[in-house]
Amino acid sequence: MKTSFWLAGAAALLFSSTAFAGDTIKIGFVSTFSGPTAVIGNDMRNSFELALDHLGRKMNGKPVEVIYEDDQQKPDVGKQKTEKLVQSDKVDFIVGYIWSNVLLASLKTAVDSQTFLISANAGPSQLAGELCSPYVFSTSWQNDQTPAAMGLYMNQKGVKSVFLIGPNYAAGKDMLAGLKSTFKGQIVGEEYTVWPSQLDFSAELSKARASGAESIFVFYPGAAGVQFLNQYVQAGLKEKMPLYTAFTVDELSLPLQKDNAIGVPGAQEWVNDLPNEQNKTFVADYRKKYTGLRPTYYGAQAYDAAQLINSAVVAVKGDTSKKDAMKAEMEKANFKSLRGAFKFGNNHIPIQSFYLQDVVKDADGQLSLKTVATIVENDQDRFHDKCPMK
Amino acid sequence: MLLVVEQFLNGLQFGLLLFLLAAGLTLVFGIMDLVNLAHGSLYMMGAYFAATFVAWTGSFVLGAVMALGATLLLGIVLEFTALRHLYGRDHLDHVLATFGLILFFNEAVRLIWGPAGLALPLPSWLAFPVTIMPGIQYPAYRLAIIVVALLVALLLYLGVMRTRIGMLIRAGASNREMIGALGINIKLLYTLVFGLGAALAGLAGLMQAPILTVQIGMGENILILAFVVIVIGGIGSIRGAFIAAIMIGLIDTMGRAFLPNLLRQVLNSAAASTAAPAMSSMLIYLLMAIVLVARPEGLFPANRR
Repeated sequence: MKTSFWLAGAAALLFSSTAFAGDTIKIGFVSTFSGPTAVIGNDMRNSFELALDHLGRKMNGKPVEVIYEDDQQKPDVGKQKTEKLVQSDKVDFIVGYIWSNVLLASLKTAVDSQTFLISANAGPSQLAGELCSPYVFSTSWQNDQTPAAMGLYMNQKGVKSVFLIGPNYAAGKDMLAGLKSTFKGQIVGEEYTVWPSQLDFSAELSKARASGAESIFVFYPGAAGVQFLNQYVQAGLKEKMPLYTAFTVDELSLPLQKDNAIGVPGAQEWVNDLPNEQNKTFVADYRKKYTGLRPTYYGAQAYDAAQLINSAVVAVKGDTSKKDAMKAEMEKANFKSLRGAFKFGNNHIPIQSFYLQDVVKDADGQLSLKTVATIVENDQDRFHDKCPMK
Repeated sequence: MLLVVEQFLNGLQFGLLLFLLAAGLTLVFGIMDLVNLAHGSLYMMGAYFAATFVAWTGSFVLGAVMALGATLLLGIVLEFTALRHLYGRDHLDHVLATFGLILFFNEAVRLIWGPAGLALPLPSWLAFPVTIMPGIQYPAYRLAIIVVALLVALLLYLGVMRTRIGMLIRAGASNREMIGALGINIKLLYTLVFGLGAALAGLAGLMQAPILTVQIGMGENILILAFVVIVIGGIGSIRGAFIAAIMIGLIDTMGRAFLPNLLRQVLNSAAASTAAPAMSSMLIYLLMAIVLVARPEGLFPANRR
C-alpha cells in the first residue's frame, strides 16, 4: 500500500517535471563545494544566486532552475558531473569551473552535446586556441592574461630578475608561461609543486633565496595562497625578495593572510571598487545578502555568466532550441558586465582591461583590495590565432 | 652547499612532524591492532583547538598547551565512546568506522567553525629568520618545530624504554593476549595509548597550523604519508617510525629540491620542470615498495616472534 503510494507520487513528480520541461531555463553549475576550496565554490554560487535575484529569478519570463554539482576539485568527478547534467538533466547551459584541469576534462562532453558551456573562471590556453568551440564562452579570462599583465607591471617597476613558483597543473603552467611572455627581465628559476596536495613550500623558498633573484612571482589560488604567504613571510623573504602574484590574494584568502598580504601586488580583471553602477549594486547587495562575506572575482565572473545567459535567452524569446541565434547574441557580450563593457574575441574569450590591485585597510578597519592603476587596456589572449573560429 | 644544508633542515623538519603523527598511529595500530583512519582528524582538531584557544587567550604557548590537553581529552572520549567497540573486530570494520569518523569530524568542524578555515598567526618572537650559519637563514619557527619534536621523541623514547607503562606498551605491541593474561588492565592501557596518540597528532596539527592554514580535511593528505611511515618503519615500532619519518621527510624535500636540476641534464627544461614534482612524490612510494619487497614487516618490526 505504502509502496504504491510512493510510486504514484514519484510518477506524478516525473509527469509534472516532464510537463514543465521547456517552460524552465535549466542551468547546470559545476564548481567545488567540498574540501578546502569549497569557499570558492560557495562564493560563485552566492554571486550566481544574487544575479538570479537581480533578474527576478526569471529569464524572459521563464523560471530558472539551477542544478549545482560538486566537482571535488577532481577532473574525473567534474567530467562525471558534466555528463550527468548533459545526459540526464538535459540542461540548456552549463556554468562554473574553477579549475583548468577540471574544465579540460569536462569540455568534450559539453561540446559534443552542443550544450553551451560558460566558464566562470578556468581559462586554459587550449580552450582559447585549438580547443575553442562555438558552444564555449568565458566570462573570465585566458590564464596567461593575468600573469602577463603582472609581467608588464614588473617591467614598469624595473624588476630585473624573478624566480617563478607555481602548481604543477594546467593553469599553473599557463600562469608561469603568461608571465614569461611579457616580463623582460631574467627568469632565474622556475619551480612547480605537486597540486593540490603539496602545502609546504620550504624547499622551493630555499631555492628561490639561493638563486639570487631580485623578486618572486607565484600563482597559488585558494588556501595554498595563504600557506605560501605564511611561509614566505616566516622565511624572512618579504623584506628581501618582493613578491608579485596572480590569483593569490583575494577576498577569501585575505582574512587568513592578514598583514602578510600588505604590499603584495596582484593583477586582476575585476576589483570590488570598480566604479561602474552595476558593480556598486553587486558589491552592496552581496554584502547585504551574505552578511560578513565579501564578493570575489570568482563571484563577479559567475554573476556575469548569469547575465550573459540571460541576454541569450531574452534574444531568442525563451526558445533555447535556437542555438545559432543564442550564440550570435552572446558573441555581442550585450549585458552590463561588472568589470565594465568588454568584447569577445573570435575564441569567445573576453578582450578586457587588467588592473593592479593592492591591499589596504578600508573604512571598517578591515583589509580589502583596491584598484591602484590600469596595467593594460583591451588585452587579448595570445592564443586566439590558433582558434579556427573566425 | 649552503643550499644542501638548508634543504636538509627543511627535510628534517618535515620528517619530525611526520614522526609525531606516525608515532601515535603506529602505537595504536601496533598495540591495539586498530586501523585508525581518523588519526588525521585528530591532527585537524589539534589545529582548530589551537587556533581557537590562541585567539581566546592571546598567548601562543598557553593556547597551544590548552589545545594539547583538549586533543588528549578528545582522544580519550573518542576511544571510550566509539573505538572501544571495535577491538577484536575485522580491520575492514575499523576502516569503515574510522572513515565515518573522518566525515563526522569534517562536518562537525564545518558546523562549529564554518567552511572558510582559520588562521593561526605566529607570535612576533617566532616569526623571523635566524642566522644559524654564515649565509644560512632559517625561519625561527621551523627551528622551534625541530627542537620540540626532537624533545618529544626523546621523552617518548625514555617513556617507552624506561618506565613501567612503557614496558607494558612494548609488551602490548609484541604480544597483546599475553599481557592481558598476566592480569594487566588492558582496557585502561588502550585508553591511555589512544589518548597519547591523539595528543601527538594534535601536537603535529597545532605546530603545522601557523605554516599552513587551519582547514577542513587538512589531515587527510598527511595521513597517507604517516601510513607510509609506519609501513616502512614497522608497525608498532616507535624507533622505526622515527627513522622512517626522517627518511621520508628528507627524500621528499631533497627530491623536490634537486631532482628538477638533475632531470634538466637529460631532458629539456619544460619537460623536466613538469616531470620532476611528479617523480619526487613517487620516490616515497618507491621506497615503500622496496621495503615491502625486501622486508615486509618493515625496517624495525616491533613484534619479532
